Amino acid sequence: MANKTIRLEILRYDPEKDSAPHFQSYEAPYHEEWVVLDAINHIKDQIDGTLTYRWSCRMGVCGSCGMMINGTPKLSCSAFLRDYYPNPVRVEPLANFPILRDLVVQLDDFMHKLVSIQPWIVRKDGEKPVQEGEYLQTPAQHAKYKDFSMCINCMLCYAACPAYGLEPEFLGPAAIALAQRYNLDSRDEGRDSRQEVVSAHDGIWKCTFVGECSVVCPKHVDPAGAIQQAKLASTIDWYKSLLWPWGSK
Amino acid sequence: MKPYIRQMPAGWWLKRPSYLLFMLRELSSVFVGGYVVLFLMMIRRLAQGPAEYEAFMAALRSPLAILFHVVALAFALLHTITWFNLTPKAMAVWRGEERLPPAMMIVPNYVGWVVVSGVIAWVVLGG
Repeated sequence: MANKTIRLEILRYDPEKDSAPHFQSYEAPYHEEWVVLDAINHIKDQIDGTLTYRWSCRMGVCGSCGMMINGTPKLSCSAFLRDYYPNPVRVEPLANFPILRDLVVQLDDFMHKLVSIQPWIVRKDGEKPVQEGEYLQTPAQHAKYKDFSMCINCMLCYAACPAYGLEPEFLGPAAIALAQRYNLDSRDEGRDSRQEVVSAHDGIWKCTFVGECSVVCPKHVDPAGAIQQAKLASTIDWYKSLLWPWGSK
Repeated sequence: MKPYIRQMPAGWWLKRPSYLLFMLRELSSVFVGGYVVLFLMMIRRLAQGPAEYEAFMAALRSPLAILFHVVALAFALLHTITWFNLTPKAMAVWRGEERLPPAMMIVPNYVGWVVVSGVIAWVVLGG
């Protein structure tokens, strides 16, 4: 019985040999239950050991294996071969990031942006001592930011965002969603200190609400919603500062 | 180490239907603005007297003017419908642990639109 195969066209780039990336075709076994990552792992194990890519959990929770699959940013562990078979699958590194090698992209830009929004609970007067117990939070308070806390930093949203592609200074969907996650957390008091970065020209205001970030997000974080909510909150702040500038901070 | 930076193609907005819809939505504001200019011109002509006003209205019956109105109407509708449907994204209203269904924020926009249009139509048509 002839084994079914599926063709993968993978963008290769060796910084020490190539001046530009180029596609290379591989025939991988086709299985009903396989995902693109399974095919790529097979290629590396059995066909071409030089193929370089990131992956880890293979179940959609670590955010390592983001790639462009037929032009759409996806987690390769969540893209089933059966959705493409018998057509070839085009695999490229995540868009809008510099290619380091093959399917591995440089994520430093996001790492800096993530740190800049202070992704931790900020307390104005320092943390309370352990003896005083934990900060209490109701389920309703938790619900307000829960979706935004589901981000796995997979960067599919940055690959889908044309604003980030055209102007890489843009803070970006995931960073802003994470800023909102903390701003909306009842235990946090850091919204004012995040505003300088979040409400900056390169922050929320560079977003033109294309909305594709929320479409591609594998964890349904809805970064587009986070950004628009932040815009509304910042605008209300601005009117407040205009109407009663003596208001206390 | 020589990271390779891929340039975004000039036709990036043609690569996905959602990008194209986004660009059309943004373009719609040009036509909405254009119609506002036309409307202001009409008010001005009205103030200048019946002769100028009639001349302006005659010019509006030219094929080019009618074409502009048809296109502008299509874009104005696109503008209104896309932005109405996006309202719930900017406003998160919570009832306990559940969020208010998006429809509850979208529908009032459409209702308001119909009501205001109805009132204006009643006034203009001499009700």
